Amino acid sequence: MSPMTRSNLQVGPDGRLKHLLTTEGLPAELIRHILDSADQFVSVGERDVKKVPLLRGKTIFNVFFENSTRTRTTFEIAAKRLSADVINLNVGASSTNKGETLLDTVWNLQAMDADMFIVRHSQSGAPHLIARHVKPGVAVINAGDGRHAHPTQGLLDVYTIRHYKKDFSGLTVAIVGDVLHSRVARSQIHALKTLGVPELRVIGPKTLLPAAVERLGVRVFHDMAEGLKGCDVVIMLRLQNERMNGALLPSAGEFFKCYGLTADKLSLARPDAIVMHPGPMNRGVEIDSPVADGPQSVIMPQVTFGIAVRMAVMSMLGSA
Amino acid sequence: MKTEIRGARVVDPASGRDEAASIFIEAGKVAAIGKAPASFRPDETIEASGLVACPGLVDLSARLREPGFEYKATLESELRAASAGGVTTLACPPDTDPPLDEPGLVEMLKRRAWSLDCARVHPLGALTVGLKGARIAEMAELTEAGCVGFFQGNAPLPDFATLLQTMRYAATFGYTVWLRPQDASLAAGGVAHEGEVATRLGLAPIPVVAETVALRTLIELMGVTGARVHLARLSSAAGVALVAEAKARGAALTCDVGIHHLHLSDRDIGDFDAQCNLSPPLRDPSDRDRLRRALAEGTIDAVCSDHTPIDDDAKQVPFAEAEPGATALELLLPLTLQWGRESKLGLVETLGAVTHRAARILGVPAGTLAPGAHADICLFDPSRSWVVQPQALASQGKNTPFLGLELTGRVVRTLFAGRTVHTA
Repeated sequence: MSPMTRSNLQVGPDGRLKHLLTTEGLPAELIRHILDSADQFVSVGERDVKKVPLLRGKTIFNVFFENSTRTRTTFEIAAKRLSADVINLNVGASSTNKGETLLDTVWNLQAMDADMFIVRHSQSGAPHLIARHVKPGVAVINAGDGRHAHPTQGLLDVYTIRHYKKDFSGLTVAIVGDVLHSRVARSQIHALKTLGVPELRVIGPKTLLPAAVERLGVRVFHDMAEGLKGCDVVIMLRLQNERMNGALLPSAGEFFKCYGLTADKLSLARPDAIVMHPGPMNRGVEIDSPVADGPQSVIMPQVTFGIAVRMAVMSMLGSA
Repeated sequence: MKTEIRGARVVDPASGRDEAASIFIEAGKVAAIGKAPASFRPDETIEASGLVACPGLVDLSARLREPGFEYKATLESELRAASAGGVTTLACPPDTDPPLDEPGLVEMLKRRAWSLDCARVHPLGALTVGLKGARIAEMAELTEAGCVGFFQGNAPLPDFATLLQTMRYAATFGYTVWLRPQDASLAAGGVAHEGEVATRLGLAPIPVVAETVALRTLIELMGVTGARVHLARLSSAAGVALVAEAKARGAALTCDVGIHHLHLSDRDIGDFDAQCNLSPPLRDPSDRDRLRRALAEGTIDAVCSDHTPIDDDAKQVPFAEAEPGATALELLLPLTLQWGRESKLGLVETLGAVTHRAARILGVPAGTLAPGAHADICLFDPSRSWVVQPQALASQGKNTPFLGLELTGRVVRTLFAGRTVHTA
């Protein structure tokens, strides 16, 4: 018996994007459309007047139930470049502490005629819950929920890969580190699988890989040297401070020794491999400074592209 | 008061009876089935052709929410739901606020239930004071007040020593210890079965080993203490294997499964459907299938509703923050019938899992239509379909994974001690 058929909350019957909640299940065509559209927006950032009027008159709420300066800022910049009115709310510090429920908070903001919510929440699935309860026409963008998804990050990463590698069909991509707690890794995996990457690997100790991860279509490696061989793209994940010393890992030092990306280890990948990191980096924990700042690193372009990709997503949702 | 129920198909799993017959009721008891007792003149005749008459269902776990959670449900609303679901005997877990750890609380609950006069309510006493896992509850006093067993609910016990001593103490008096086989440290923080679904959705996992490690420990301690144990809510195929093995060795062990776990799996969580946040978690479809077979084979002794009325506010939150559980008293019969149909079982075997097999675990006289038994009878239409909707439920809890689904089998009339307490 299956009482719930998996509803498609984010793509309407007409194939248009209604919300962006996860990269899982997004059709390849739609992803390509977002990436193509982001191409146009990259140039906006290079102009003197970095603004286009696409979302003029629209009100966008950046609702962060979990603190994040960086992601919130990139969404804010993207919205402002699209000429939207942006309101930043750090809800973690206000209403939920007064006992207001998540949905009450959202309904209150909706009553202020919000057109779009950008939501970050520590609980997996919170943006889905919100998307299910907002008025038709109000869009929700997931800016990171628990361990589940961070779709704009996943999309900016595939944008970056496409920018440098042009084509996904022959690529070997490795994602290294704390996959267990990483919403970024999940969003990357779904997007890259959909776009046809033939060899997708995850590398990490058994304590930092989630159960049945191979069912997501990845090959599992515990030996980093083995896993990096022949890679075109190496994506390093951030190791949260609180995971470094505990039951999952003995120490940051030992993690770096086994899974930190050094120039030596990188030399096992293809010579033209690119190195990515969603930030913020822990230098000397998951990545060595010479690699982070080296010629193969595309970490800074990722940040730049991130704004374009978010503009692309917001413009698609805001003009619906 | 004499009543005759005419024309029904009488299914009494305890005796194996399955035939069209009349039931004769006198003074709240079953007087006879088939042939009327000498000079029986009914005051009331219930025409029941096309219906099945079976013993009122016996539910091993229904949360009535009193005392303490009256905003979620009350004894009135939930016993109404029991009647609407054909349930006439039920055990209620001690996880109220305060927990049922004092004879006074148990007596009050029994008295309240008695005054509502529509179901036999058998409280399970708290295993430890306040369910805190520190001091053993006053088991002898609580038994005198009416408790039929002692349960720690979903609350963990802090260590094996406490578990050992509570089991040993209960064994002194021959009380049954009810335990949820789930190791607290292995399940800590988890909200979904460890597997592909939890990995995709980024939900903190509860591995199967949380169940098997707990089961191995319990079975080991049963051997040492001689305690009689009832395992509440098995969830995995590996757990079934351990129980089967222990039973084969003659352990004084019984176990149950919640009705949801016979029909649902972690796949049904879909896009974070908080209705599927249950405890234990819904596991893999292969676990579900094994549980279904184990109940049919008898390795699992009974199925229960694990009824937990939950207010909307506690469900309309992100999945992991949702209160686990679902309203189920009124779904127990149709979902059990569905399990029976899909398992190609007759009504005798099917209904046995919610009547006399459950009553035997509680050690109470219920779940049978034998002459002299309480005339607690469920009359249902096995082919009537209905849609699970909030307004179709008497329970104050409207949250269930089956909302919107059509189920087959609807209770038409419930008799408690010979008196009609529900008609539909």
